[in-house]
Amino acid sequence: MRIETKKKESKRSLKGKNHKLAQVEEQLKVLSGGDFADGSLPTFKDKIEEMGEYPLRPTNIEIMQVNLGYMCNLVCKHCHVDAGPDRREIMGREYMQIILDIMEKTDIHTLDLTGGAPEMNPDFRWFVTEAKKVGVKDIIVRSNLTIILANKKYYDLPEFFAENNVHVISSLPYYNKAKTDRQRGEGVFSDSIKALKMLNAVGYGMPDSGLKLDLVYNPSGAFLPGNQEQLQADFKRELKRLFDIEFHELFTITNLPISRFLDYLIASENYDDYMETLVQAFNPTAAMNVMCRNTISVDYDGYMYDCDFNQMLAMKVAAPKSQHIKDFDMEALNRRPIFIHQHCYGCTAGAGSSCQGAVT
Amino acid sequence: MSKPYYKEEDLKKFKDIADFEPELAEKFFGWYGKVFEEGALTAREKAIIALAVSHAIQCPYCIDAYTKDTLKMGVSEAQMMEAVHVAGAIRGGASLVHGVQMMNKVKKLSM
Ligand code: SF4
Ligand code: SF4
Repeated sequence: MRIETKKKESKRSLKGKNHKLAQVEEQLKVLSGGDFADGSLPTFKDKIEEMGEYPLRPTNIEIMQVNLGYMCNLVCKHCHVDAGPDRREIMGREYMQIILDIMEKTDIHTLDLTGGAPEMNPDFRWFVTEAKKVGVKDIIVRSNLTIILANKKYYDLPEFFAENNVHVISSLPYYNKAKTDRQRGEGVFSDSIKALKMLNAVGYGMPDSGLKLDLVYNPSGAFLPGNQEQLQADFKRELKRLFDIEFHELFTITNLPISRFLDYLIASENYDDYMETLVQAFNPTAAMNVMCRNTISVDYDGYMYDCDFNQMLAMKVAAPKSQHIKDFDMEALNRRPIFIHQHCYGCTAGAGSSCQGAVT
Repeated sequence: MSKPYYKEEDLKKFKDIADFEPELAEKFFGWYGKVFEEGALTAREKAIIALAVSHAIQCPYCIDAYTKDTLKMGVSEAQMMEAVHVAGAIRGGASLVHGVQMMNKVKKLSM
């Protein structure tokens, strides 16, 4: 009986559960409180000021990361998007067209598609093919892998990706079932392995293949990722040995203390220690390379943010006349100050963390 | 019973041993840091050894610290438990091998 309820609960987002951490104000209250409120830990702003880099500003926008919607077939415990099958926010074609126009006019070279599960957006394939037509250099799709097996209509995604030379970046928290399924849900590991095999079969991730398949590792708990090269070597060896799977690079990503991961940290009584660990691991070099300096994030509704995390915290870019893609103004955006808060410590711990992995 | 002898937060105070004797503490922490660097053994291998030794000497602080370290380095749960078994086997074996000493003595004393 109890297990039954638990299962049902776990298929819903925080928003769907009306959880108080689904509200941005609640998350910011947590991030401003505790050791940061009484000064026993420095705020992120203190650290950036100490470096003489406040306010943090972009170098130049090179990557446009578009969140195609918060709908997802999974409900991972660490999800910073609070994505799930019950989320309905989704980007329409009108805004995709505006993005294509921007990609054509500017020298932004990378279109990075994320979600939720971006493939679930009904206009996903249209968007990718159009992006290819307007000559976008690198089209990234952040795929959770299991979507490929979630429904018949997705079975041919590997072929579709290959036809459009899409760069596939997939999450795989670990090379075994137990850890993966605990974080992402029962059965996710075996589906991920099947999906990786399908991708390998069309050439993705093969040693000399131009079809790029990279994996994302993020710790399955309240600890930081280890050395990226070392973990990549482990993943390569084990995935090959156990499943005969190939991939190109492994990106290590630190879990940021927002949304569902924040909920997990609090519920498991790891929050204070985790924040202290992040602060202690602050690396100034990583701080100079944070991804918000060359990436702009767009939500389903066409608004822009410094990154996908700030998007979830509803902190729109501080460029008042260019907050929406309809008013996209490269110069104004490149001049804007970046919104920072304590969650940013996740990007600057150790070797740093970004959507392309470590930054130092 | 309400006051545990070992307190988790005391691990963070480890560096405070320098308050009573700075010179030796500095030497120790310098040496300690060097020991765990990447060398002929990888940092990962050293962390696994440290985890096993922590169990052999039953130091709760070391167990916490090297559990965290090995997790971070992507050591699997099975590998971590195997390391603990290695520590256990050496400990068990060390007791048992002394059985030979006992037997020697028995033989010497007995007709
Ligand atoms: S982490 Fe990714 S796959 Fe998991 S629920 Fe969030 S968006 Fe979906
Ligand atoms: S959380 Fe976003 S704004 Fe903060 S440092 Fe990371 S990328 Fe930049």
